[in-house]
Amino acid sequence: MDVTLNIRRFDPGVPQPESYWQSFDVSIEDNGTVLDALIKIREDTDGTLSLRCSCRSSICGSCAVRINGHAGLACKLQASAVMGDDNVITVEPAGVMPVVKDLVVDFEPFWEKIRAVKPYLQPQGLEPESEYIASNESMLHLSSVTACIMCGACVSDCTVLEVDPTFLGPAALAKAYRFTADPRDGDTDGVSKERLQDLTQATGMWDCTRCTECVTACPKGVAPMDRIMALRDQAIAAGLTNSNGARHAEVFGELVGHSGRLDELKLPVKTVGMFNIPAMLGFLPVGIRALIHGKMPSPIHKNIEGVEGFRRLYKKAEEAGEE
Amino acid sequence: MLEHDVLVIGAGLAGMRAAIAAQTGGANTAIISKVHPVRSHSNAAQGGINAALTDRGDEWEEHAYDTVKGSDYLADQDAIEVMCKSAGQALIDMEHMGVTFNRDDEGRLGTRAFGGQRRARTFFVGDFTGQALLHVMFEQLVKSGIRSYEEWFVTSLIEEDGQVCGVMALEIRTGKMHAIRAKALIFCTGGLGRAFEPSTNALIVTGDGISLAYNAGARLMDMEMVQYHPTTLAGSGVLISEAARGEGAYLLDKNGERFMEAYAPNMMELASRDVVSRSEQTEINNGNGENGCMFLDCRHLGEALIMEKLSQIREIGIDLAGVDMIKEPIPIRPGMHYMMGGIKTDVDGLTNVPGIYAAGECACVSVHGGNRLGANSLLDTIVFGQRAGDHAAAATRSKEFVNFDGSAAVKKEEGRIQQILDRPQNDDRVANIRLGMGQTLNNNLAVYRNQTGMEDTLRSLGGLRERYAHVPVDNKGAVFNTDLIFSLELGFMLDCAETITVSALDRKDSRGAQARTDYPDRDDENWMKHIVTNKGEEGPEISYLPVSITQWTPEVRSY
Repeated sequence: MDVTLNIRRFDPGVPQPESYWQSFDVSIEDNGTVLDALIKIREDTDGTLSLRCSCRSSICGSCAVRINGHAGLACKLQASAVMGDDNVITVEPAGVMPVVKDLVVDFEPFWEKIRAVKPYLQPQGLEPESEYIASNESMLHLSSVTACIMCGACVSDCTVLEVDPTFLGPAALAKAYRFTADPRDGDTDGVSKERLQDLTQATGMWDCTRCTECVTACPKGVAPMDRIMALRDQAIAAGLTNSNGARHAEVFGELVGHSGRLDELKLPVKTVGMFNIPAMLGFLPVGIRALIHGKMPSPIHKNIEGVEGFRRLYKKAEEAGEE
Repeated sequence: MLEHDVLVIGAGLAGMRAAIAAQTGGANTAIISKVHPVRSHSNAAQGGINAALTDRGDEWEEHAYDTVKGSDYLADQDAIEVMCKSAGQALIDMEHMGVTFNRDDEGRLGTRAFGGQRRARTFFVGDFTGQALLHVMFEQLVKSGIRSYEEWFVTSLIEEDGQVCGVMALEIRTGKMHAIRAKALIFCTGGLGRAFEPSTNALIVTGDGISLAYNAGARLMDMEMVQYHPTTLAGSGVLISEAARGEGAYLLDKNGERFMEAYAPNMMELASRDVVSRSEQTEINNGNGENGCMFLDCRHLGEALIMEKLSQIREIGIDLAGVDMIKEPIPIRPGMHYMMGGIKTDVDGLTNVPGIYAAGECACVSVHGGNRLGANSLLDTIVFGQRAGDHAAAATRSKEFVNFDGSAAVKKEEGRIQQILDRPQNDDRVANIRLGMGQTLNNNLAVYRNQTGMEDTLRSLGGLRERYAHVPVDNKGAVFNTDLIFSLELGFMLDCAETITVSALDRKDSRGAQARTDYPDRDDENWMKHIVTNKGEEGPEISYLPVSITQWTPEVRSY
């Protein structure tokens, strides 16, 4: 099968380095992967092409790149499945992380965040002589998260990290969840309150905007965003409601539950607190911009029609949720 | 100059376990790896880790006997005793560190059956046990705060007054050469799979440590013993775990018939790997395969079991062969998988070269002898990694650093590398030489071997070596020059390939993974001994070591 790879390249060794596109025509087996094509180029045509790759079977996490604009493992995707009618595939380095050379990016920021969540089991009780007793279901659930191979595909396509490099990000938060959800971690009831406390801080679990890009990008079905949402549930269940994120969730429900729709003016005010002057001042520029562009919500917030019926429904849903 | 009491080379399971042990033992420890630790090839172990837990009614002697028999009586029984006695604690330690092992109905660690063992004693995490263990060991490495040189490539060893006293290492990110002084080196660099084509092994598995130690005078042992795994995927040759057969999958011929009864009437598909691979190869040679493959049939296991316990290999089948094992048998064939031989060590990882230790696949203790049992390799890495780390920490306590001129060493090594980069262009490529080596080994040192074929390979290797001396490198740059690294790795692999071939030619019997059509029987009288190679003036020199036998006398082996 003939395929054309359009590769975004970068060589830091030249004066005033800039990235550029280079295209390679290569012939691979019909069921060959994008990685097979990249290796063929490197071996037969151009040894200067740098990329990380090793296992060829989606387990070492080395070869995450952007293929046709989206992050994925080059060794997992068959070329025939991703090439367009013209047999062209574009390959770029993973996003968010700085490019070192060609398809190689600097993973240090990634590892720094993994280290930041104290990524090791911290049991508080006495260690049993033999294994910890735990249900198979609890371990299977954890294994669906520990299946993460740290390839960075989720981080590459995270829309929050793109604008806020301080966000812990999907991989580190999923890693953190792997411990908070572990019955062996934390106190003897398996509650890891200190971890959750740390993760409710700014840059933590409440900074995810739920865009689902990480769920799409993950080649191992880890669904990092779902883990972040589970972290939020754990935090609230542990009584950690004193954060903007937790209050935002709470106020959101309260407002919608009352009037049947969101009061967009009250949401930020009630989230940070009316008397939180610095935060209120912080809203000013956004408010002014909204006003200029005619996007300021009406100060008069009306209930939806038939709000009584809605409130009954809402209450029922809330009760069901608690059960 | 960078300086550590103990420097561990390679950050897979054995390496990280060794480093943690050495640090715990009080040594100033560092670990160096050409890839980030979680990219290491320990990842690829799928099926599980063996241990005989006494509170489950199992006995280490039972495990040891299965291992001895699996090795075709070539492994050293004293070493096997050490490994099997330590297995239970090593396993529980890993569980306490956080490995999410599958459980039984009572919430205790669950087991699955594995090849060559009369009892289910393989503990597992789905079908990605190696990855689960590797990542947990990495967590412990992070916790330990051990200095980790990630993406640093060891190019050579430093010797002063005939003593090994450090390494030269290339920082891949910058291209900068460093000298690192150390009192002890622990090689945990894994196997040499990429010397063969195809192989289940990752692209990084290139025999670096085996070659470096060999060139420093270390003895290699059992190098003829190369494991061909019975179920590697058609085409790409990646691994399909033995866990499938452990859970009850069948091997079928092209007519959909099970064929193992003729070869292993009791254990059937779960005979030891060498036996199953030979059976498959015999069937393929007799025309009972299809496109050079037999079939692995998981359909009767049902979707629920496959999704819970074999989900990763199912994905691999879909991704790489377009076959969903829930619905169809998957085409497989024997493929190069594991190196039983390696740097000869004792049970504490010590080699014949002072200051050099080895553990894991690059080492040969020997606990695997002629054939490794599935799920004994993860155990090997953890048990012997820890022991090497413990011993090195204690041994370096009273040892002084050897003094040498670090900047002169850097200069010399930079000069050597520059010469490689400066080679004039010719038509040859590193990849072509590697492919030539891989193919000749896979043709003549695979499941069945004979004198003529192996001699042919030895001649080919000589020619490849000559080409290797002149092969150019495309990339002349400093930053992330993988092209240069492939060239250096090829040199390591050529050393390994030569010792494999010379050892296999020397052994004139069939035992474990070595099945010679010209010497089809096991000959205990003459060949129940280890073949040892060390580097001589004109290539590998051969000597022999006796096999240690403690309580299991060699018998005819049948499954």
